[in-house]
Amino acid sequence: MTAEKQVRVWPRVVQRIAFALIWTAALATLMVLAFIVLYVLRLGLPHVDWRFLSRYPEAMGREGGILPAIVGTVVLTLAAVAVAAPLGIGAAVFLTEYTWESRVTRAVRFGAEALAGVPSIIYGLFGFIFFVTYLRMGWSILSGALTLAIMILPTIIRTAEEAILTVPRPYRDVSFGLGATRWQMVTSVVLPTALPGIVTGIILAIGRSVGETAAIIFTAGTALTMPTSLLSPARTMSVHFFVLAIEGISLEKAYATGAILILTTLLINVLANWLVVNAVRRHARRG
Amino acid sequence: MEGLRERLIARTLLVVACSVVLALAIITYFIFRAGLPIIFHLGLDDFLFSTRWMPADEGGSYGIGAMALGSLWVTLGALVVGVPLGVAVAVFSAELAPTWLANLIRPAIQLLAGIPSVIYGFVGLMVLVPWVRQHLGGPGLCVFTAAIVLGIMILPNIISISEDSLRAVPPAYRQGALALGATRWQTIWGVLIPAARSGIMASIILGMGRALGETMAVIMMIGNSLQVPRSLLDPATTLTSNIGLEMAYASGQHREALFATGVVLFAFIMILNLIANVVSRRRVQA
Amino acid sequence: MITHPVLSGARQVVTLARRRCRCASLSVAGILLALAGVTALSGCARAGGRAAATRVTVAGSTSVTPFAEQLAEEFMRKRPGVQVNIQGIGSSAGIQATETGAADVGMSSRALNQEEVRELHPVLVALDAMAIIAHPDNPVRNVALPQLRRIFAGEIRNWRMLGGRDAPITLVNREAGSGARGAFEELVMGKGGSPLDYRSIRQGSQGAVRAVVEGDPNAVGYVSSGVLTPGVRALHVDGVAPTAEEAVAGRYKLVRPFLFVLRRGEAPVGLARDYIGYVLSKEGQETLVHSGLIAAPKEALPWKD
Repeated sequence: MTAEKQVRVWPRVVQRIAFALIWTAALATLMVLAFIVLYVLRLGLPHVDWRFLSRYPEAMGREGGILPAIVGTVVLTLAAVAVAAPLGIGAAVFLTEYTWESRVTRAVRFGAEALAGVPSIIYGLFGFIFFVTYLRMGWSILSGALTLAIMILPTIIRTAEEAILTVPRPYRDVSFGLGATRWQMVTSVVLPTALPGIVTGIILAIGRSVGETAAIIFTAGTALTMPTSLLSPARTMSVHFFVLAIEGISLEKAYATGAILILTTLLINVLANWLVVNAVRRHARRG
Repeated sequence: MEGLRERLIARTLLVVACSVVLALAIITYFIFRAGLPIIFHLGLDDFLFSTRWMPADEGGSYGIGAMALGSLWVTLGALVVGVPLGVAVAVFSAELAPTWLANLIRPAIQLLAGIPSVIYGFVGLMVLVPWVRQHLGGPGLCVFTAAIVLGIMILPNIISISEDSLRAVPPAYRQGALALGATRWQTIWGVLIPAARSGIMASIILGMGRALGETMAVIMMIGNSLQVPRSLLDPATTLTSNIGLEMAYASGQHREALFATGVVLFAFIMILNLIANVVSRRRVQA
Repeated sequence: MITHPVLSGARQVVTLARRRCRCASLSVAGILLALAGVTALSGCARAGGRAAATRVTVAGSTSVTPFAEQLAEEFMRKRPGVQVNIQGIGSSAGIQATETGAADVGMSSRALNQEEVRELHPVLVALDAMAIIAHPDNPVRNVALPQLRRIFAGEIRNWRMLGGRDAPITLVNREAGSGARGAFEELVMGKGGSPLDYRSIRQGSQGAVRAVVEGDPNAVGYVSSGVLTPGVRALHVDGVAPTAEEAVAGRYKLVRPFLFVLRRGEAPVGLARDYIGYVLSKEGQETLVHSGLIAAPKEALPWKD
């Protein structure tokens, strides 16, 4: 074999091996995902029925359903989004429309990035010492929702900002040309145009809230009762799942709750993607 | 009238935007206020490097050395699993995958990112822990198990950012390399990956942050032992999982020591974020 | 700038949807709604206040929690419309929460220390025999108390030394601050004895300890005899089984108190009082005995009935 030939053959062999490894990695990743989803669904779905969703738990969750946990999750998530969405969208509007790059915007951006990196256990510690203890809100939906709101704020700001930035300059110019004030321009041109992006961000924030555990256990408590006010403690599905799973109370119920969590995650992801695809299709139809 | 209203709106939005900074400031203040006194009381050296954590001792012994090492091992383990796999998938998705498969992988990775961490912990506990116990020995609840599952959990962070930075490499680089007679693999390995280096680094650092900060999944899989792990099959504990495990029961000095653990973790994460920030900013300049 | 795939997705949406402006009113309405929501929420919060009449918060020991929850379920079935919130936060935290007023009633699975007794009044609701559990496949059936002490001190590290298989012992402990651990230290390790082995696995609740022992043939741990399952076997200690009879007869030594704690000088009123009354009633105590606990000896309540 000549040296020249070796040079030609060898890279091809390396490429073969490298590509084979990469394909393996990609397929392995997809298989791990499929395994986790199917494993939980297969063992959980047989135990999910209407009664499971609509009834109160009995004997700490060994029997009965998970209705309070579903209600707790929904209320906690909605309350968190209700606080975080106006703040996040407002901050994004401020960053993009009401100011230029300055120390203030850098501080806000730094703040958002730093908040995004803070681990949830730190949020849990903070929520516990600030909302639960210092502000005397107790373990409650309010404490939990406010803690979650800070956690999801960076996601909402970033998505909203990205969405607003893609609204083209001329739109704003035309709006100003028609005599609109800045606020009118924002509310009638910028926000509507950026809406799908903003909503996608909110949906992702909801996904994060639903999946959160560490920050909620210390702020909203673990009481397995139906919340009656914002000052009631609550247990979300993730917390319920954690308790069932780690304490071995009932594997059946743990798998069933896990299946509901996985389905919720799937739904949230499909919804976020559907928003994207739908917008693409509508655009295509309009040409 | 209009002008006044506009000014009012601008003011309000400024305040709203500053709420982010305010939130960060309040979090930092309250965590440090709760945790710093005991660090000064015990001495930073003793607190960080002693491996004796015995809250029930007379006066209490609080050294986070063992759990810091646990965090280190688990995080490194997660990177060993997550980085090669993640970068490979990013390369696959950006360069090799047929369009339909690439279109499948993106939402799949999003889904992987969206699955609650307690589910990962649970599947690890039900599937991986018994497997490790039977085939590798030890109790199964150990550094190895936690590292593998964390490695999978950080995949989305690594894949998405690495893929973005691979796609951001100007097409001319690729065309140039191919025109010089390089194989596709030589192009990827010799040109694209080096060009996307800082993005990939940033993704790794952020993945590291996620692995370091994960709590519930780790509590479920690591065994929460206060020893310094001598092998991958030893149970251990991490900074986060020890806070999560003990917080509920702690009072007085013990609770302060847990907050102090939080201070250390917080400082660590902030440093990591700053590094990621600097690395990715360099990319913009490049 | 680092971009998340979703962010770039969002950007794509916006780019494509940019010609569509007609949802202006919708978005404004959305924000207003959100703001209104926040206002309403904070309003509710204030109005919600401390509705003491229909709600009582009981917080503390995770060992007591399952039993308190079961009793709370029965109690609430009898008294529709009221709410008993049980928070399993650990004995020490529960005691503290009661001192500060965050909880109306505390639960503890260890005796109160001197400082705590000054502030709080303990009410004995049941006695619990602590069971030493191992995997059913483990041939070891009995341990002597001194052996047990050496096992948990980390001195005996192989089942062979106890007449079992040649396999390392997997120790499963609770974490510092938990009542079960406190009681175990007191009852088994003894005051001033050797500390619990720091190398042991630690779990956050009895259920978690039991789950580890169910899965690991070489594990040993301790839980309330009220939560035993067929998946684990309770070892005899000095030849005595951890049953209620043996405990009442004084032959099984590892017995700890389950307490409710109340602030001194404040007789519990309303719902809290009714709930404690139910727990101490014949019916409540029967439920506890049925769950494997030992009925509390009658003692004077800190308030007059």
